[in-house]
Amino acid sequence: MKLKAALLGAVATVALAPMAFADAHEGERGRDGEVKIIYWQAVSILNPYLSGGTKDVEAASLVVEPLARYNESGNMVPYLATEIPTVANGGVSEDLTSITWNIDPNVTWSDGTAVTARDVQFTWEYCTAEGGGCAQGAKFSNVTGVEIIDDKTVTVNFDGPAPNPYQAFVGHESPIIQAAQFADCLGPRAPECTDANFGPIGTGPFVVTDFRVNDVVQFAANENYRDPNKPAFATVTFKGGGDATAAGRSVMETGEFDYAWNMQLAPDVIAAMAEGGQGVPVSAFGTLVERLEMNLTNPSPDVPEGERSTVAAPHPFLSDARVREALSIAIDRELLVEVGYGQAGRPTCNLVPAPAIYASDNTACLTQDIDRANALLDEAGYMMGGDGVRVNADGVRLSVLYQTSTNAVRQDFQALIKEWWSEIGVETELRNIDASVFFGGDPGSPDTFQRFYADVEMYANNFPGTDPQAYLGAYLCDNIPSPETQWQGENINRFCDPAYDALWAELAATADLDERGRIGQELNDMVTKDSNVIVPLVDRGRVSAHSVTLGGVVLNTWDSELWNIADWYRIGDNR
Amino acid sequence: MLTYTLRRLLMSIPTLLFIAFVIFMLLELAPGDPMAQMPLTIPPEVKQQMREALGLGEPWYIRFPLWLNQFFIVEPQYWIDNAFGTNFADGAQRIISFQSRSPVFDVIAERLPQTLWVVAMSYVVGVLIALPIGIISAYRQYSVFDQAGTFVSMIGFSVPPFFSGVLLIVIFSVQLKWLPSIYDTTHVVNDWQSFKFQLQQMIMPVMVLALQTTAQVSRYMRASMLDNLGQDYVRTARAKGMSESVVVMKHVLRNSMIPVVTVIALGIPSIFGGAIITEQIFKVNGLGQLLIIALQGSDIPMVMTITFLLAVLIVMMNLIADVLYGILDPRIRYD
Amino acid sequence: MTDVSLSKEAIEKPRNQWWDVWDQFKTHKGAVFGLGFLIFITLFVSIGPLLWDVDPGKLNIRNKDVRPIYMGLFDSGAKVNWANPMGTDNLGRDIMANIMQGGRISLAVGWTAMILAVFLGTLIGVLAGYFRRLDGLLMRFTDLVLALPLLPLLLVMMLLFRDPLRAAFGPENGIFILIVTGIGITSWMQTARIVRGDVMALKEREFVLAARSIGTPARRMITRHLLPNVLSPIMVSATLGLATAIITESALSFLGLGFPSDFPTWGKILFDSVDRMTAFPERVIWPGLAISLTVLAVNYIGDGLRDALDPRIRGH
Repeated sequence: MKLKAALLGAVATVALAPMAFADAHEGERGRDGEVKIIYWQAVSILNPYLSGGTKDVEAASLVVEPLARYNESGNMVPYLATEIPTVANGGVSEDLTSITWNIDPNVTWSDGTAVTARDVQFTWEYCTAEGGGCAQGAKFSNVTGVEIIDDKTVTVNFDGPAPNPYQAFVGHESPIIQAAQFADCLGPRAPECTDANFGPIGTGPFVVTDFRVNDVVQFAANENYRDPNKPAFATVTFKGGGDATAAGRSVMETGEFDYAWNMQLAPDVIAAMAEGGQGVPVSAFGTLVERLEMNLTNPSPDVPEGERSTVAAPHPFLSDARVREALSIAIDRELLVEVGYGQAGRPTCNLVPAPAIYASDNTACLTQDIDRANALLDEAGYMMGGDGVRVNADGVRLSVLYQTSTNAVRQDFQALIKEWWSEIGVETELRNIDASVFFGGDPGSPDTFQRFYADVEMYANNFPGTDPQAYLGAYLCDNIPSPETQWQGENINRFCDPAYDALWAELAATADLDERGRIGQELNDMVTKDSNVIVPLVDRGRVSAHSVTLGGVVLNTWDSELWNIADWYRIGDNR
Repeated sequence: MLTYTLRRLLMSIPTLLFIAFVIFMLLELAPGDPMAQMPLTIPPEVKQQMREALGLGEPWYIRFPLWLNQFFIVEPQYWIDNAFGTNFADGAQRIISFQSRSPVFDVIAERLPQTLWVVAMSYVVGVLIALPIGIISAYRQYSVFDQAGTFVSMIGFSVPPFFSGVLLIVIFSVQLKWLPSIYDTTHVVNDWQSFKFQLQQMIMPVMVLALQTTAQVSRYMRASMLDNLGQDYVRTARAKGMSESVVVMKHVLRNSMIPVVTVIALGIPSIFGGAIITEQIFKVNGLGQLLIIALQGSDIPMVMTITFLLAVLIVMMNLIADVLYGILDPRIRYD
Repeated sequence: MTDVSLSKEAIEKPRNQWWDVWDQFKTHKGAVFGLGFLIFITLFVSIGPLLWDVDPGKLNIRNKDVRPIYMGLFDSGAKVNWANPMGTDNLGRDIMANIMQGGRISLAVGWTAMILAVFLGTLIGVLAGYFRRLDGLLMRFTDLVLALPLLPLLLVMMLLFRDPLRAAFGPENGIFILIVTGIGITSWMQTARIVRGDVMALKEREFVLAARSIGTPARRMITRHLLPNVLSPIMVSATLGLATAIITESALSFLGLGFPSDFPTWGKILFDSVDRMTAFPERVIWPGLAISLTVLAVNYIGDGLRDALDPRIRGH
């Protein structure tokens, strides 16, 4: 009941917001005073090219902007460009090897100078400079050059046909930075430019006035912003630190803050907070999927180091597709959502849950079916032993080590799944690992998710933007982590299917959107429905909370959450 | 005593160098990766380039001397340059944090005000409350005051701050709406009104931290006083007709101070890095929070520098404690 | 045969001095209460699970968020259930069974880590305080351990020892040994510094000088003259150390360095329940009370023991 009320509240505000905006919410810049935002991860740096951390990139999105970005429904909208270049309007060349952007002549930097094609070209130079360690390097991996056509026109050339030319300079992760400010900061000199990294000059609605590392950032309205009536707020206080609970409490219960980011909390906790009446939770869905990854290789410590968890040693029972399917259908995904995510989650069987053209209509796993799971295991030759654990004729026990990162919701999921698996005669040992170790790439650590010294592991992943090509490319044979690659590689299941590789190559060469959708769905099904190598659990939305007096918030999972902060305003100020 | 102090000071140089080495090797061995907090959407090869840009490609025997050089030579040069406008440093590389890519010492300096306001203040308050409680509790052993003191301090000590802090927030911020739940580190005190606000935002973290300090120090004070109150010299002093206050406050107290001095001296370094949970709960964002974020992000230069500064404090405080022993009890000799 | 009669005689003849200690101990009301509570809580967690035969890990999601039975008195609409007298948590696990199971682990961790820390601290403190030649080395070593950051240290310990210990003792005992050692070896330093300070002062007192002048060997000096006189700060360290160990364990699980998530401990139950503190206060009260009362009980026992062991007080 409580949850429903909160949900209705959220819907109501979202519905009201545009109306109120249309009604009376116009006025001079800075009319609404201060807005206070809290991110429970503190901001370390405001240069998205030096840190890929979500908190850093989103904080920077108040200041620096890309040529185009995604709106809340995943469609591209021009920001610094006049329009989105396409093959139809001639912006993208017929052979898909270049894209030409026109920069909006009305846009200026916050110091009053004009944005030119040189700034765009410089941004590319900055990110690809040797020794700079650019976090967004992947956006430019297929770019061979950026050509200045004239002051306001720029062409990006690719090393071959690029079916998706909207990677460089699109989205909050690759905004345009000012050439004049960063001129001396190329490559290894990047960290020397502390002032620029902490206070980039941008085109966005706000400028940085004070930056305190891992603590608080203060912004003021940009006097040279292109819309003279925006932003409504004169200043922004951007506080960081603490935990999601405290952030939610400060918005929904005490009303000290106006906006709290990413509240990874159990639904009943959020609902209880929303009763405070000062704020409402809002949620939106993107491509983030919480999943179980099955290890196809043997992680047992009895296997000699060097072969452990590598393709040289196949897994004793998870290499059997029937066992994997049994493990998948023994799970009640509806219940997981109810316990862990509430309105911010929905059960899924897909690795790619969105956008619609890539989402397969794969629902087979949604109903829990313990009987069928038991039957599958019987069929695979695993018979129930005296201690309630299945054993096959060779004495292989269905005993799994199930690891994940430390996080309250994940630990609840572990407990539930362990329970269900025990019903089908599978014994589970749980392990949780500190996130900084689990997601780290330290080749010396046995606990990283790539090294996968466990039978099953759980985490969430998504892809930037709306194109899953690179994301699906993770499961190619070449991407298998091994000691030779220092355990780097994204194919952590050690899945290898020549048919998959061939199909993916076809996707990479296809430009037609509908055809891409079909291939994408097929690839998705190959690793999920057909083989159960990846067992998706929950399509996770983003939940944030905003004050009841804050209007104009449109939660966007395809871009920065703060993408439309220029449109935010204070409700009920009688202005 | 002077020669002892000087000898200890000289000895502390190799000690600290050795400690620095051990800490460095510990961080080197510890699993963890500064790229762990980057989203999984960043491909591994890009992460590898970022690691190399941070200097992680070099082996430890190159990076450790580099850090020593930056800490002991380059950083002081920058301080001198800043103070006198000279140019000794000549653009040499300072110690740079992995997370913020800015000089570590600038960030530490940014954190000192709130650490001193909140954590150090609570330590002073805690000790000032603890000493009289300990003395009275011992002098009137098993009185109501003693029993109440014991009860409160033991409950206070055994309730972890992640609970007591949140409890205070729920009562005073959520229900009563008297106090802010989030500390404003940008707040500037310049008049009565702003001073009042500063007090308001300080009071909860100070309470939580002071409770822990008080509980600990008052227990040691009480136990040590009790030991001494039963000694023969107290009986002698009373027999000589000394007033009770002189006996207790001069003779007994002085002789009871050795363990208390030890505890207080050991507590001072923890001001600058020990209040991690409390700082997180109230968002005080002092040095403790800086350290934990750096630890979680495997920000080795930051962790190394803060931990080493703490080590310096620990060594110095223990030296001061040793010197104080000699003053409190002249029979203790070191040479 | 002769052996038996001899030993019988030995017991009966002089009244054993421990009986005096016990008599004195009994007069300390707090200590008796403390001992009583400690025995009760130990029985509760050790015998309890045999009588209250509910699996603490058993989930029953349709039976979640049951309130404790006494809530039925205040609020007739409260969801209560005699099968779960203390209520259930957000996944429907029985809280009473969890408190029992959690208490086993918390008490075991607390006592073992505390004893380890106090033993190490006393040993190092006495050695450093008594033998001047060892002082410099031992105290610089103490400085070093004080300076080590706990989190990376535990991560390294995990890295090096988790798998061998898991192979040798099984997952549960392996992690227990690791945690207890981790907490123990990082919390002895304060005790060591305090004991050393006191020993240095005691060493110059008249009675020690007298004992030394009649040629008492170092071992006897330490056990008979020095240790009894530094007992009270050691008792305080032990009490505070017990509380710290129980709480540190919960902080470790929070960082993913502790027990697997399906092993409840008091600290962890408390930590997990803080988010739902207003709606379900009982979930923080029970584990919080259990920790606090245990620590309080140990504190009173320590007080009583100190009084009882002090011959100057015992005579009165």
